[in-house]
Parts: sequence; structure tokens; C-alpha cells
Amino acid sequence: MIDKLREVDDRRRALLGGIGARWRALSRGQRFLAGAAMVVFAYYLPSFGKIPGTNLIIPGLVSLRTDYMDGGSNWSGVLFTCAIYVLVAIGLNVVVGLAGLLDLGYIGFFAIGAYSVALFGSLNSPVVHWLQQTFDLPSTWAVTWAICLPIAVALTMISGVLLGWPTLRLRGDYLAIVTLGFGEIIRIFARNMTEVTRGSQGINGIPGPEGAPSADNQYFGLIDPKWWYFLAITVVLLMVFAVWRLENSRVGRAWLAIREDEDAAAVMGVYGFKYKLWAFAIGAALGGLAGFLFASRYAFIDPTQFNVRLSILFVAMVVVGGSGNMVGVAFGAVLLAYLPERFRAIEDYRWLAFGVAMVLVMVLRPQGLIPSRRRARELEDRAKEAAASV
Amino acid sequence: MNFDELFGHLGQHTVDGLAKGAIYALIALGYTLVYGVLRLINFAHSEVFVVGTFAVLGVWTAVGLENNPPVAQAALFLLLGLAAAALASGGTALVIERLAYRPLRRRNAPPLVFLITAIGLSLVIVEILGQLLPDTLGGTMTTLFGRPRQVVGMPTIIESKPLFTIAGTSITNVQFITLIAALVMMALLDWFINRTKYGRGVRAVAQNPETAALMGVNQDRVIMLIFVLGGVMAGAAALLWSMRTGITQNELGFVLGLKAFTAAVLGGIGNLRGALLGGLLLGVVEVYAATLYNSSWEDVVAFVVLVVVLMFRPTGLLGESLGRARA
Amino acid sequence: MSDQTTTATGDGPKIPSQPGPRRTLLDVDHVVLRFGGVVALNDVSFQLYEGEILGLIGPNGAGKTTCFNVMTGVYKPTSGEVRFAGVRVSGRKPHQISRIGISRTFQNIRLFPEMTALENVMVGTDSRHKTSVPGALFRIYRVKPKPEELPQVTAAGGLPRLWQQVRRGSAKIFGLSRHVLEERAAEKKSLELLRFVGIDGRANEVARNLPYGDQRRLEIARALATEPKLICLDEPAAGFNPAEKEQLLTLIRQIRDRGHTVLLIEHDMRLVMGVTDRVVVLEFGSKIADGTPSEVSRDPRVIAAYLGEPVDAA
Repeated sequence: MIDKLREVDDRRRALLGGIGARWRALSRGQRFLAGAAMVVFAYYLPSFGKIPGTNLIIPGLVSLRTDYMDGGSNWSGVLFTCAIYVLVAIGLNVVVGLAGLLDLGYIGFFAIGAYSVALFGSLNSPVVHWLQQTFDLPSTWAVTWAICLPIAVALTMISGVLLGWPTLRLRGDYLAIVTLGFGEIIRIFARNMTEVTRGSQGINGIPGPEGAPSADNQYFGLIDPKWWYFLAITVVLLMVFAVWRLENSRVGRAWLAIREDEDAAAVMGVYGFKYKLWAFAIGAALGGLAGFLFASRYAFIDPTQFNVRLSILFVAMVVVGGSGNMVGVAFGAVLLAYLPERFRAIEDYRWLAFGVAMVLVMVLRPQGLIPSRRRARELEDRAKEAAASV
Repeated sequence: MNFDELFGHLGQHTVDGLAKGAIYALIALGYTLVYGVLRLINFAHSEVFVVGTFAVLGVWTAVGLENNPPVAQAALFLLLGLAAAALASGGTALVIERLAYRPLRRRNAPPLVFLITAIGLSLVIVEILGQLLPDTLGGTMTTLFGRPRQVVGMPTIIESKPLFTIAGTSITNVQFITLIAALVMMALLDWFINRTKYGRGVRAVAQNPETAALMGVNQDRVIMLIFVLGGVMAGAAALLWSMRTGITQNELGFVLGLKAFTAAVLGGIGNLRGALLGGLLLGVVEVYAATLYNSSWEDVVAFVVLVVVLMFRPTGLLGESLGRARA
Repeated sequence: MSDQTTTATGDGPKIPSQPGPRRTLLDVDHVVLRFGGVVALNDVSFQLYEGEILGLIGPNGAGKTTCFNVMTGVYKPTSGEVRFAGVRVSGRKPHQISRIGISRTFQNIRLFPEMTALENVMVGTDSRHKTSVPGALFRIYRVKPKPEELPQVTAAGGLPRLWQQVRRGSAKIFGLSRHVLEERAAEKKSLELLRFVGIDGRANEVARNLPYGDQRRLEIARALATEPKLICLDEPAAGFNPAEKEQLLTLIRQIRDRGHTVLLIEHDMRLVMGVTDRVVVLEFGSKIADGTPSEVSRDPRVIAAYLGEPVDAA
């Protein structure tokens, strides 16, 4: 059975390698066009399987949607979830894949991002009430959504630095456990500090781009999440671009050098701690951004939504997809968000499946399904050394 | 902050904390043994413990245990529960090692790969155990986190009542048995590692795997042994837990495991006596903190302790060493 | 960080190797280093002058590498101190030491194995650049490029040519971001350094796939990329055959001619004698001789220290 899996995997790898080689052989202009086509496709996805502007459907493709079966979920809603998870995966990939730090408390940043918009933007939040009373503001006043955004990013970055500052000197696996504790602490704080977060009651009325949720909202309502998806995918594309810039600059080189030999990197003038802290802060900001969008879309959050299990799901997305490679982690995120929605039969076993997937990938293919070429080599070298020393 | 309550009944809170910490200590041994030899965190160890509590539940249900049985029967069922838990936990630990860790070791995988594998395994075990429990929402709803499972109760095997009272501090029979049993298990393990032939092999591999291999120590067998030993200790902890709290649930392991890991780090991970000290200390600190503030903050204590210890004294109170040989 | 940080330039003043009034670059001042009860370095003092090649030699276990580690800030001396261009070295972090102008290679090669040769060197050049995360991310800070830094129009015609012309024009009008300029400068300089050590043909190969000798050369190129005033070579000839050693000698001289001061730790006596201006000899943690190669090789204590060891395998 294992051998069969390996065989299938080898064939898939060969195919993937072919695609990769072909992509690298393209000229710049061709690559640009291919990228543009993918962007267009991303915006077309809500009407996937249909011909835009008509009521015609494409029979084969439409069955891939989640809303063409009994009790299926709203397709745009699923796409929105996928986009959020892709954003999370890209952020976590900066920490895990590029800087090589395992962060198991990523849900903490997601929660901080979500609570930022809830606490500052919702008319029902104790923080807004307190601000209204202190500064003698009208009872309809709350921080605008657009201003909540930088607040959320700033707060998550700060919390990333605050968590990273004392802990980044720890060994890798200790760091992982400490961050896990951090994720849980954030949830406990959200639950227990009732006077700030309203505890397990949660906060509703979280605003979106058009203000507080109401039936008058033209685009960003609760019923049709199509525009929410467009918003999320736009953020994702911007962030992919930003991370790509970092990856292909001295920052990316520094991360790689630290991962390969931190002492040698220090002698070459790379201040490891600084770059690790940056990775943590950037990762945190992306996680916070995802949490921010998540809270705005659902207009309601409570502490139970930030279960540590999600942290583990996030890590699973990155490692199953292929840590270090943005295409890989995005693929992992989409896979893990989409499959349980499309195949409802497995919904009950989704966590079991995630667990099995993590173990199988780690045991059989630790570099992930669509690996970064460098990561794959690193792991192969270690395996060769082990084989040589036996 | 309720200082009056804490200092008014300091002895009582200390005893409560020690009894609680004894269970952490037993679980912590599993982390410490594996870390001492392999230098890796067996994240799935918390699930080894949970499997033990399920085994106890299964055996007690199978033999038709009722509340407050006569003493002889209770003793018999406790032993039966211990055997079942030790078998189930030890077996689970062994399966984890053979199925997941050994292939990774063969490939010289980096520590984080082990950790991620262990997290995956942990999830798998939690979900499989969850299938055995009725769900809270009547089988109609799932949340994003899967089906929430009910907490199941077990029959009370020993009714908790004060055994004796010293200077206003009463110790219940359950607390007494918990503490004594934990100490006995701990002493047995200490003897096994430090005094027997097998223990010598374990210490040899912990100190220097290459040399140990050259001296003819079968490394794989030693590693299997430590996983089984850790599992058996977790099984004992599972029995004591079942006796004390009378409940179990598939997701019990996460928080308990983190606390036990904290206990191991606090005492000095890789150090058997450190696990005992760390466990007892953590239990006491937790009870004190819960008294001072509010029990809803109890779980935060362990994490704060963990972060503080790792930052200021990563080798723990007694230092990292298995069998006193490594500095 | 030191306020005395200065940037060394690759083509600094050439200092002749004849004796005369010289500026002290590195001052090892009565350094004592104890590990517990063991005295690893016992009151060692010597100077390194700007523009010279100094050899640090001694039998196995004489404390060469320890001394080296004190100089590069790995160990803090128990007493005494090491000053570099008047600045205290001890107690600084490795990346700060690189900043003040000391660089080194490793006895057991420590490249970044999965990065290409070019990237390895670029990690070194990065340390002298100013943009960091915000610069790489936003690229707002614009600089007017020099004419040779403007994007070139190379395409024969059609859309690509138009595109290149637009880019050239916009760079003329709006300038280029400092990040982009630095990135290009880094690449250019790294290629130049690879050419200098003679492995520019392998710039895009992954470091671990390079042959042994090229890995050693790459390490030297990477160390030079941080623009050090002082470059410390820790047994650069280990594992080399005589022909390769000869090439290395030439390279070391060329490094000095580029304006770097060189500290050479070496076992191979012939190599040391052939290239150094001055030699410091250590034995059991103490300095036993300090002088020109010919002086030192006649010193009875040095001869005694190396007694029984064949000179070239010592």
C-alpha cells in the first residue's frame, strides 16, 4: 500500500517537474501573460462553471462547485474561506517556510486581527463604549473599517514582536511549544476578560467596508459573499506580490542563510535575530489581516472560533502543500479548505484526514506536495547522510 | 486577589496541588524519557495518556463496576484498570514509535519534521477516540472543529473522604493513594533506569548513541523500551486520573499534555527526578494561582511558567540529564 | 553599534610591504583566556599592521584557533583586550564585528550549501547595504541612477524594445529605488569577486555541488564581499595539492594588493614562509616568536617547538 502510494507520488512528481521546467523556460513576457491569466481566473472563480453574463452552465465543471448538490455551501462563501486560508498560509509560510521557525500559535495572531476590528469597529464593543464616554462622542460613533485595518495590522505586528523578542532565541522545537501556549493564552484572555471582549458572549455588529452590517449594504452583505471574496482575493494577490518581493531580495537571502548556517551568516554580517523577528512580525501581520477579513465578513466573533486546532490546520496547510513555496502552500490551503466542503461525506472525518495527511506527508514526503526546490534538496541531503552513516 | 484564602488554608491548597501535580509528574516522565534519549519532543504523548483513560473506562464498564464498591473489589478493579491502561498506553506509544518515528529516524529528518508528525498523530488519535464517544449535538451538526464530543463519566471507584487531618489540613484517601502510587511508580522507574541491565543500556544510548552502538547496545530496542516505559507511566497516570476525576474525553490530552511538558521542562527535561519535582511544583503553583485569582485563569499559569523557565533557565531546575551522567 | 564604523573600500591605498612607520590595524593586547583552570592563552600580545600578511603558526594545540576566536569575537578574553582600528572587539556580536571590518573563512568549510555561489557572495555584500525589509517591500526611496546604471535597451524591436525604452525613460525621470540599485550593485560586485577568485563560470551552481577547491575559493570571495579591512583565513590550504597551494599563494597576495590586510593561520610552514611578511608563533598558549619568516625560522625556540615534526607537514 505504501509502495503504491510512493509510485503514484513519483509519477505526480515527474509531471510536476515537467510543469516547473516548462514554466522556467518561458520568457518574461510569456510568464507575465500566464500570471495575468491566472489573476483573471481568480476573479472569475465565483461564476466557475458558468459563462459570465448568461445563464449557461458548463456541465463537467459545474460539479466542482459546492452549491450544485443538496445542502451544499454557498460557493462564494467557500471561495472566501479558501482565500482567507491562502492568506494565512502565505503568512505562516514566511515564518515556517522561509525563516524556518515553527509557529504553532498562529491562530493567536488571527484572533488579534479579528478582535482588533471587533473591539474598535463594532458599536457593541466595550472598547468603543469606553471611547464614546471618555471623549464624549455620539453613541453611533465607532472607528471606521478602513482605519481598523491599519490598527489590526499594527497590533498584530506588535504582538508578533512581543512574542518573538523573548522566545526567538529558543531551540526550534521549544519555540514551537511556546508559540502553541501563546495561541491558547490569547484564547483564554479573549474568554476571560469579559469587560473588554464580552467573553464567551462574543461581539456582533462588526463592520465591513460599507460600515456596520445591515440589509442596505449593496456589496458587502451577509447573504452573498461574492464581493467579500473579491476583496479577499485582492488582498491575497497584493500580499503574494509583497512576499515575493521580500523573498527575492536581501531579506530572503538572509532568511535562507540563517536557515542553512546561522553562525556563518552572522560572521557575514547577517543579524539573525533581526531577520527572524522581521519574519515573525510579517507573518503575524498577514495572520492578523486574515483574521481582520474573517471577522468583518462574519460580523460576529467569539473566543471558541479561535481554537488551537485551527493553528494545527494552518501548519498542516503549509507542510502538506510544501513549505517554502508560495504556490505549494496556497495549494495546500485550498485543498484543505475546499475538499471537506465539496465532499460532505468526509466532513465528519476531516480532522482525522488532516492528521493522516500530515503524518503521511511527513513520513513519505517531508518537503510537501509542491515543494520548494531548495527545501527538497536540503531534506534529500540529510537522508543521504543518514544512509551513508549506516 | 484572595490572599486570605490562600494563606488561611495554605496546607490544604498545597496538598491539593501535590495530588494534582503527581499526575502531571507521571505524564511528564514520558516526555523526559524520550527527550533524554532522542532529544525530541514526543508531542503525541498526551494522547498516549488519553488512550489509557479510555482503557480504564472500557475495563470498568466491561466488568460492570458500580459506584463505591467494597474495598477488596475496588482494589482488584484498580489493579485491573492499571493493567489495562498500562497495556493500552504502552502499546500506543510503541505503535507511534514503530509506525512514525522510526522511518523518520532512518532518514535523519530534522526535529521539526518529528514534531509535525507527532502533531498529526495526535490529531489522528483524538479523532479515532472521538468516534467512540456520543456527540453533544445529537449527531446533526458539525462545527469547523469537528463534532464536539461528550465528556463521559466513570463510576466512582473510591469515594473521596478525609483520611486523616494534620494541623487543619485534611488529606483524602484519593489524594493519599494518588501521591503514594505516583511516588512508587517513580521510584520503580528510577530503580529500573539506574540499577538494571536494561536501564544501563538506556543510559548508554542517552549519553552517546554511537559509542553505545559500538558496545553492542541495540539502539532500536532501547528506544522501543523507553517509549513503552513512558507509555506505562502514562497508563498509571490515566488510572489515577480516572480514580480522582471519574471523567474522560477525547480532547483531554491537549491541555494536560502541555502542562506535563511544562512540568518536564521545569524540572529539567531529560531528568527523571526533575519530572517529579516539576510536576509537583506545577500542581502546587496552579492551585495557588487558582485560589488567588480565579480558576478560569488556571491554564494560563502553566504556559507562563513554561515561557519563563525556557527563557531564564532552559535546562530546568535540576538540569538536563538522564541517569545523572550528562552535564 | 560603534559610531566609528567606517566602510572599507575594495580598492584602498596599496601599502608597500617594506618596513617603515605603519598604522596598527589589530592590536592584541596582553590577552589571557582561561577555561576553568586551563590557561588557553597566556598573556599574548602582538600587532597587525595595515596592509601586511601576518602568519599565525604553531604546533597542534598551540592555541592558534583559540587566538583567532578571541580576535573575531567568539570568545571574550579573561583579561587584556583586542582592539581593531582603535575599537574594542571583545563583547561585540559577530555581525557587529563584520560591520567594523573583520571577516573570516572557516577551517571546515561553512558555505550556505543550498544557495548558489552567486547568492553566497551576495549574502556578504548585503551587509554593506542600507535597504532592509521596508526598502525591499515598498521601494519608495528613489535615487538618481548613474548613466551606466540605467536599464539598457537590448531587444531588437517590437513590444519588448518598447517596454525597455519605457523603463529606461521612467528611470531617467523618476529615478530608481535604492533597493533595486543596491541589488544590482550586489550582483555586479559578487560576480566581480567570483571572477577574482576564479570561479565566475560556476556562479549559478549550488554551493554544495562545487568541487572542494572551488568551495574554499568561494568562501574567500564571500568573506571579501563584506568589504573587510582585515580578512582572516583559517587554514585555507587544508586538503590542497601543491599546484593548488601555489595558486592560493598568488590569490593571497592579490587579496593584499586589493588593500586588505590578511591574517593567515596555517599548518603548512612552506606556505607561510612563502607569502607572509611577518610570522607570530604560538606554543602552549604563549607567544614564542614574532618576526619576519627568515628570522623566525632561525629562532631556536621555534625550531625546538617544531622539533621532530617535518617542516611541511607540521
